[in-house]
Amino acid sequence: MDINLTLIGQSITFFLFIWFTMKFVWPPIVNALAARRAQIADGLSAAEKAKHDEELSKHRIAELLRDAKAQAQEIIGQAEKRAAEIIDAAKTSAKTEAERIVLAANAEIEQNVHRAREQLRGQVASLAVAGASRVLKKEINAAANEDLLKDLVAQL
Amino acid sequence: MSSEQHAITSAEYIRHHLTNWTYGKFPDGHWGFAHDAAQAKSMGFMAIHVDTMLWSIATGLLFLFFFHQAARKATAGIPGGLQNFVEWVCEFIDTNVRGSFTARNDLVAPMALTIFMWVFLMNFMDLLPVDWIPLIAGQVGEHAYNMDPHHVFMKIVPSTDPNATFGMSLAIFALMIVYSFKNKGVAGFFAELTLHPFSSKNTLLQIIFVPINFVLEFVSLIAKPLSLSLRLYGNMYAGEMIFILIALMFGGGFIMQLAGGLLQWGWAVFHILIITLQAFIFMTLAIVYMDMAHQVPHEQH
Repeated sequence: MDINLTLIGQSITFFLFIWFTMKFVWPPIVNALAARRAQIADGLSAAEKAKHDEELSKHRIAELLRDAKAQAQEIIGQAEKRAAEIIDAAKTSAKTEAERIVLAANAEIEQNVHRAREQLRGQVASLAVAGASRVLKKEINAAANEDLLKDLVAQL
Repeated sequence: MSSEQHAITSAEYIRHHLTNWTYGKFPDGHWGFAHDAAQAKSMGFMAIHVDTMLWSIATGLLFLFFFHQAARKATAGIPGGLQNFVEWVCEFIDTNVRGSFTARNDLVAPMALTIFMWVFLMNFMDLLPVDWIPLIAGQVGEHAYNMDPHHVFMKIVPSTDPNATFGMSLAIFALMIVYSFKNKGVAGFFAELTLHPFSSKNTLLQIIFVPINFVLEFVSLIAKPLSLSLRLYGNMYAGEMIFILIALMFGGGFIMQLAGGLLQWGWAVFHILIITLQAFIFMTLAIVYMDMAHQVPHEQH
């Protein structure tokens, strides 16, 4: 083993290699590694956030759905109520109308009866007078027997 | 083993594989390539192992090229295949640095990455069959430069050259010293060397303790770069030696060749573990040493 100038040459070479590595090799690689690490960390946290957001929106969707259902239920309820009301109102108005018609009819009937009776009464009175005059064979003074006739008519 | 002009002995074969391609100053003053191990030795310190430099720089550039390619196009989006691999390695290094290094220093992680990848690739050259590249180099030398192929030396595993491992460990040692001075101050650094592990309230005892402490701590300080480089060198040298010894079997008969092939395969598989482990150990210890250089004691003993 002979030591010679090679020793110095090797040392110089070694230092040059270290210098080159330190200047041009190590920093870019380590920086790239650090940058990738940061990227991955960012990506992971973004994924985590997205997951969280998804969870939130799921909750929100469920809430909306529930609200919508409740609202629909309410609307249906209201519509049913309203329909019942309308039917009720229609029934009531139909009933009153019917009653009104019946009443009017009744009144007319009454009136007709009344009128017919009045007529009949008048006719009966004249008939009675005529009958009586035939019986008596004499003219009854209608005017003299006015009270009697009236009394008779009222009795009919 | 190759069939050349004259048959070579096993010893020559091994020696050939263990000799570096050396360029240096001959004793007579002129500079040139050594033709054999003896010439290389005569050059002393004023020599350079061309193969070690070549292959270590080639593997280093390979690492830097691919990693730079990945770093240039690095995106925080979906990574491609190369970027994926590079990020995987960088995260592995980063985890280790975070685990062992407690202070803040932007140098340490790139240093650890460089060490790990570079040492791994240098060690990886060991897995290439021991004769391939030396043979090619020999042929190139013979035909292009009209050289004797026995005098073309090509040791392709830089980490089996102590110059390479010491070069790195001494560089790390220098960084340790620099950062120790920077973080602890010169006084703090020497206090660590001399007031530890033995200390006393008694001034006289303390004066006696100082040299003892210094010897202990200085040895442990020096042992760090030594053990760091020798561990890697020893492991890789031994592994390479075993590959060379197995390769010797290819000179025998068919049975020997078959056994050699199986052994080489088995050792290479085992060696995959060793080269990775050695690269990892080298890196981890470098990180730990840098951490020690950054530790400022809260209380002086």
